[in-house]
Amino acid sequence: MTMNAALIRALLRLVGASLVSLVFVTVAVFFITAVLPGDVADALLGQAATPDAVSALRHSLNLDKPVLVRFVIWVTGLLHGDFGVSLVSHRPVLAMASERLIHSLLLAGVTALFAVPVALLLGTTAAIFRNTLFDRAVSLLTLCIVSVPEFLVATLAVFIFSVQLHLLPALASISDIHSIGSFLASFSMPVTTLACVIVGQMSRMTRAVMIDALGSSWVEMAVLKGASPAHIILRHVIPNVIAPLFNVIALSLSYLLGGVVIVESVFHYPGIASLMVDSVAARDIPLVQICALIFCAAYLFLTTLADIVALLSSQRRHAA
Amino acid sequence: MTVAPFARRWVSVIPRIPGSLILFWLLLALLGPVLAPFAPGEVVSRTVFAPISAHHLLGTDYLGRDVLSRLLCGTGSTVLLCAATTVLACTGGVFLGIIAALKQGLTDTLLSRFMDGVISIPSLLSALVAVAAFGSSVPVLVLAMSLIYMPGSYRTCRMLALSIVRRDFVLAAQMRGEKSGYIVLREVLPNMTGPVMADVGLRFIYAVRLLSNLSFLGVGLQPPLTDLGSLTRENLLGLVYGAPAVIAPALTIAVLTVGLNLALDSYKGKAG
Repeated sequence: MTMNAALIRALLRLVGASLVSLVFVTVAVFFITAVLPGDVADALLGQAATPDAVSALRHSLNLDKPVLVRFVIWVTGLLHGDFGVSLVSHRPVLAMASERLIHSLLLAGVTALFAVPVALLLGTTAAIFRNTLFDRAVSLLTLCIVSVPEFLVATLAVFIFSVQLHLLPALASISDIHSIGSFLASFSMPVTTLACVIVGQMSRMTRAVMIDALGSSWVEMAVLKGASPAHIILRHVIPNVIAPLFNVIALSLSYLLGGVVIVESVFHYPGIASLMVDSVAARDIPLVQICALIFCAAYLFLTTLADIVALLSSQRRHAA
Repeated sequence: MTVAPFARRWVSVIPRIPGSLILFWLLLALLGPVLAPFAPGEVVSRTVFAPISAHHLLGTDYLGRDVLSRLLCGTGSTVLLCAATTVLACTGGVFLGIIAALKQGLTDTLLSRFMDGVISIPSLLSALVAVAAFGSSVPVLVLAMSLIYMPGSYRTCRMLALSIVRRDFVLAAQMRGEKSGYIVLREVLPNMTGPVMADVGLRFIYAVRLLSNLSFLGVGLQPPLTDLGSLTRENLLGLVYGAPAVIAPALTIAVLTVGLNLALDSYKGKAG
């Protein structure tokens, strides 16, 4: 009973800490983007920046009020679901961001569907055949992927797959089998690229988790008893790695966010990340703010989920 | 399965490399503009995306400029900017990390909370927000990236220092009434140089990745300045022709980051 109370307290502390982080992020995003108001009005008007026009725009954007007052206005708006309007298109940023968010979630979801099983399989096989040529090759390849910037993976993927596309009829036949060929055609490159980035990171972490499990005393005992490799993997290894593997998956999916920014821009995919990059280039501050908040909230959600899974798994191990 | 003797000999050579590798890139960055055969902005050929030739060793780019010259200058910006970022981030991180471990209490709590807050925002995102707010000039990029990577360095150094500040020689120095700066630099830091250097190398790789990504997105270094990311971006069309204009900068980034990471990997493997 006391154990359960302690567990609940620890869980609440985790959730509380992530809420504090969210508040920190909100405050930080506002003050970083709002401290220099003057040149936003100047930049927006460009050539038409007469003193009158600038002061009128500053007034309509509340830029003539003190920063703290603007912060209160902004936060009050957030709490009422009013995130402001785009400085460029004059549309509500919440509507702009949410229609793009669905596209991004679709891209991330489809990628996770492919990347997670591949990464788990690759990491596990590398751990089982540790120090073989196969393991070394996988290690080197994944190290290369995690070292280079994401856009390089995207560039290389374009080079390989768009050149080899007609060399690999298997790809074409897959899209023939599914009647949603056009869907796959527009999706395959972004998903493939993003999956490469995720598989690189995730299979390395999976390998570490599996090596840890394979070296444990109960596996050693099972080997000494003469159990078959399949029996050892199914009965002794897998039950003990489910929790840490969930942790690996949640952490990897939070890396997905960084990759999404690059991939959406490279392939002109209409998601929220490319919206954010465009709004940064145009210095459309309200749009930047909401995109940053959505990204940070998603990132915090995934990392907190990883922490909670790690906590629960350590509890289970103590209980056992 | 054992590694062939040849491969093993290579693996044993790698640990000595990280330092000299960084030295090599810094030298190349400083000498690059001097070695460049043409001015980087000058249009020198009427052929765009020209292949490798004796006159233009790496061909020409999308405007007919000499790729080798632009690559040498671009490598210079990437390496120097990221080196400056790393120096700033790690100086701050190392100093504050050791101070936090030394003082404990409120100083430690406040510093750690702040660093945790910064680290809870993905790095690419913080950089995008900073560029949106302050524009993408060189000082903004360097300062923003330094702030982004300081918490990681802080965390590592605080952990490393925590086990050192309890040792007798540090306590003795405190008893003697030495100043904090002296204790940080003379008593604590010399006892953790190995892991700190590995951490510095890692921050440098992260900085190269971030700056290249930003420039590739078009919100990093602005023309006429170029770096490896913007060189890849502006010549992306050459990918169709397999032009060296796009392959050369991409390959340079790969060699820079993968090489250093491999070197650090075996260095850490040896140290740990």
